[in-house]
Amino acid sequence: MDNKLIVSLSPHIHTADTTARAMWHVVIALIPAFIMAVVTFGLPALWVTLISLATCLLTEWFINRFMLHRPFTLSNGSAFITGLLLAFNLPSILPWWMVIIGGIVAIGIGKMSFGGLGCNIWNPALVGRVFLLLSFPAAMTTWPVDVPTAFGAADASADAWSGATMLHQLKWAGHTVDVSEVNFLDMAVGHMNGSLGEVGGIAILIGLAYLLMMRIVTWHIPVSMLASAALFSWIFGGNPLLDIFAGGMLLGAAFMATDYVTSPMTPKGQLIYGAMIGLITMIIRRFGAYPEGVSFAILLMNSFTPLINIYCRPAIFGARERKAMERRVAQ
Amino acid sequence: MKTFHKGGIHPNPDKITADIPTMPVAAPSVCRLMLSQAIGAPAKPLVKPGDSVTAGQMVAEAGGFVSAPVHTPVSGTVKKIEAIRNPQGMWQDAIIIETATGEQPEAQSEEKRQHRTIEEVTPKEIIDIVGRAGIVGLGGATFPTRVKLSVPAGKKAEVIVINGAECEPYLTCDDRLMQENPDAIVNGTLLIMKATDCPRAIIGIEENKPLAIEAMRHAVRDIPSITVEVLVKKYPQGSEKQLIEATTGRVVPAGGLPIDAGAIVDNVATAAAISDAVLLDLPLTSRIVTVTGPTLKKPGNFLVPLGTPISALIELAGGLPEDTGKVIGGGPMMGRAMCDLEAPTTKGLSGVLILPHDMSIRAQAGPCIRCARCVSVCPMGLEPYLLMTLGELGRWEEAKARGAANCLECGCCSYTCPASRPLLDYIRLDKMEIRKL
Amino acid sequence: MPPILTSLIVLGVIGLIAGVLLYVAAKKFHVYEDPRIGEVEELLPGANCGGCGLTGCHAFAVQAATADTLEGLSCTGVDEAGMNRIAEIVGLKAAPARKRKAIIKCSLSCEVRDPRNVYDGIRSCAVEASLYQGESDCVYGCLGCGDCVRACPFDAMSIKPGDSLPTVDLSKCVGCGKCVAACPRHLVELYDYDPARPMVWVACSNRDRGPVAMKECTVACIGCGICKKKCTHDAITITSFLAHIDSSKCVGCGECIDPCPRHSIATNQRKRTPAESN
Repeated sequence: MDNKLIVSLSPHIHTADTTARAMWHVVIALIPAFIMAVVTFGLPALWVTLISLATCLLTEWFINRFMLHRPFTLSNGSAFITGLLLAFNLPSILPWWMVIIGGIVAIGIGKMSFGGLGCNIWNPALVGRVFLLLSFPAAMTTWPVDVPTAFGAADASADAWSGATMLHQLKWAGHTVDVSEVNFLDMAVGHMNGSLGEVGGIAILIGLAYLLMMRIVTWHIPVSMLASAALFSWIFGGNPLLDIFAGGMLLGAAFMATDYVTSPMTPKGQLIYGAMIGLITMIIRRFGAYPEGVSFAILLMNSFTPLINIYCRPAIFGARERKAMERRVAQ
Repeated sequence: MKTFHKGGIHPNPDKITADIPTMPVAAPSVCRLMLSQAIGAPAKPLVKPGDSVTAGQMVAEAGGFVSAPVHTPVSGTVKKIEAIRNPQGMWQDAIIIETATGEQPEAQSEEKRQHRTIEEVTPKEIIDIVGRAGIVGLGGATFPTRVKLSVPAGKKAEVIVINGAECEPYLTCDDRLMQENPDAIVNGTLLIMKATDCPRAIIGIEENKPLAIEAMRHAVRDIPSITVEVLVKKYPQGSEKQLIEATTGRVVPAGGLPIDAGAIVDNVATAAAISDAVLLDLPLTSRIVTVTGPTLKKPGNFLVPLGTPISALIELAGGLPEDTGKVIGGGPMMGRAMCDLEAPTTKGLSGVLILPHDMSIRAQAGPCIRCARCVSVCPMGLEPYLLMTLGELGRWEEAKARGAANCLECGCCSYTCPASRPLLDYIRLDKMEIRKL
Repeated sequence: MPPILTSLIVLGVIGLIAGVLLYVAAKKFHVYEDPRIGEVEELLPGANCGGCGLTGCHAFAVQAATADTLEGLSCTGVDEAGMNRIAEIVGLKAAPARKRKAIIKCSLSCEVRDPRNVYDGIRSCAVEASLYQGESDCVYGCLGCGDCVRACPFDAMSIKPGDSLPTVDLSKCVGCGKCVAACPRHLVELYDYDPARPMVWVACSNRDRGPVAMKECTVACIGCGICKKKCTHDAITITSFLAHIDSSKCVGCGECIDPCPRHSIATNQRKRTPAESN
């Protein structure tokens, strides 16, 4: 026989799943939200997304090729996701060069400085977004004015609020806003202002359902995060439904808190992680200086992930029975 | 339907030989019997070159407490006792017997055989006969069954679990045995129950073997102490601890043996071999081997005399395909890759799986993306990603503290890793180094 | 009281209390350590290789400082001058130590390797050896995954790119024996080393009968005994078809090297060429 036998350790078969497959499924799940963004904000949304994508992909390619001298990694889709998510976290009218800075920071500092895929501590897209938010606070909170809103349309003062997100309105003029005027159905289909990807609740939920169906993510993080946010919103005297649909809560729960690399490994850990993100978000929204806190909450809990991994280990099969047996023997 | 609770995967079963009846294979012209066919000490030869032997004769006795004797399946002359290569190419001592031409192995020893009934044998006799017949765990672990049936003092067997799960993809030898010889399995089960003074037995079979389930149910219809339990199709259901949990809900303590949970597990093939040995006085000289593979011309199940070259089996199944990449002894999840196909079959060989080249090469390992799939599929509740990293870094103490020694090497972690990381390779390294600590 | 004064007083008091606590703790929990232990440890390589037979460099320093004699206590990682310095510090006389270096009893470099199968797994000799015979048919030979290279604390072992057999950098090897323990095939041996005389060893560990060994490897020792006949110092023994040179008897004359029909005998003085190997 000419061809030599291959010898390796078991197992000899492997699932068809690959890292790239999981990543591209996430990209597919992001498409509905992207369509919603373009419908709501028009062409600028497309430009921001394209610039962000191009920057992220180029940065990763450049660093891999010229600094780390590693093989090509763009085909695994992870930089693509970072690019999309970063764009989804930016206002559609952000100057193009800020988007580029965000992309370079997200990939260069948020991901590649730690060693690339799988090594980063924080969600790269959020690192990029928070960097921009802290560097250019004004630009990052300037929203387009010609967006339909589901909010106080009948109110005469509505014009004064166009160009602000719902959370801004709640934060700075809570007393003039009557929550009962909010049309949630309108909100869910994108009639609100905000960052690119966070405006279409239904679209994001479709993406999440797709991820759950494809078994890319489990229910633990999104459910615990949204449930805890709703609970604390209610405790703090807010409207749980509004808090879930407004701002980046859904986007964060579906796509950013569930990032494999930066979330805990066990179901128990994931429940704690999700619940803490919900709590921190609501604390920031109610008591903090910023109207929105999902990004900060996720980044904070990303930092706690290693600790959660240490304290929430899976139980070893039969460990309890072993202790019981040892007790019996000791007696 | 029952199953075990922690972890597990659902690989494609690919049981392409499930409907192919078992075909007896003629004795080879030269029969090479490995002295090491069971876990424990190698057997000690009782014959010397030049001796003539008859089929069923014990040619090597147990070499220790944990050891099993070897019997010849053929009549003929002992040529040599020398080291030959096992399927992994390692030298091991073997007895080489030249088969006499034109002989009928069964007929020659027929008159000498002593038939017994389940009622008349005593528990001690059963264990004794099982030991003398060289019966070992035929699921692949090859642990001497005599030792397993000798319940240690202070322990009590409360339930016998007969393993018909056959959760490994491709393999169908147990499925065929259950369909073709259910009565032997039931008799063997009754004998195990008698030997261990155990009132109850459960035969666990996965749902994807409807014919075997039907045959076994039919065979136990008048025996209230034995039940057939249909299990969800999930790997590694055939692993002892998982099977006990699936069928009885009992949990074996970590690091413990099934008997610590009051259970004894035996494979269906072992039960049938016990029945043959005790009731018909036939020692273990052959077993069913599934020869299979996606590109094989005539895959099938074969009743193979021990000592037949593996290459001869592959010839019977249509010859080695052109694009063969890997030949595996056992199933694809836990079987061992072979490099020497001239090696003889042994008691532990349940299948020969031939994979084409494109299925044989491991994908390039990527970085861990911490997706936690390995953690979620581990049936023992370990953290394979962490154990692999500790293995790479040589931090054996920590790997030990994280329970690496509990790993059953089922391969679920490596199977499921989307980055194709060699998780189990490193956990094996952990386990080896932990033993040295 | 102005706030600045309050702050000063509060901080001052905290500082004072902390200082007193630290002083008490330093006095109360003080453990006397022979200062010579530290001095000795400074001179040791700090690799914790265990070549001295103790658990690490600190253990060696403690032993040296407390022992009555340095007989049998010597660090393989420091030279004679270093041992003399240590002896000076502890006020004892350094005993002459046996210098040893690692040699590899296999010649299965890429030039002569003839793989019969392909190993597809992690680069660990221990794992590969537990799995099967290895890529060549010789079940005794080097697997080339470099467990010894990773085990060496002195960076003396290396596998050159494109090769599969480790080489020992004798200028770096201190003979600690980490590689001996790491090799699952037991191919590394510590040889007595004297810079003045060449080391000569049988670079093969194949214990198969001659015809089998010849089929397995082109440079396998077949135990023919020619070297044994050539040896004038009775240093060569042959057990199970394999010659072995006792380094305590060998004088390094090299008379056995050229007569070997299998080119299995190696020396550190002369680089063998591929032609010789074949």
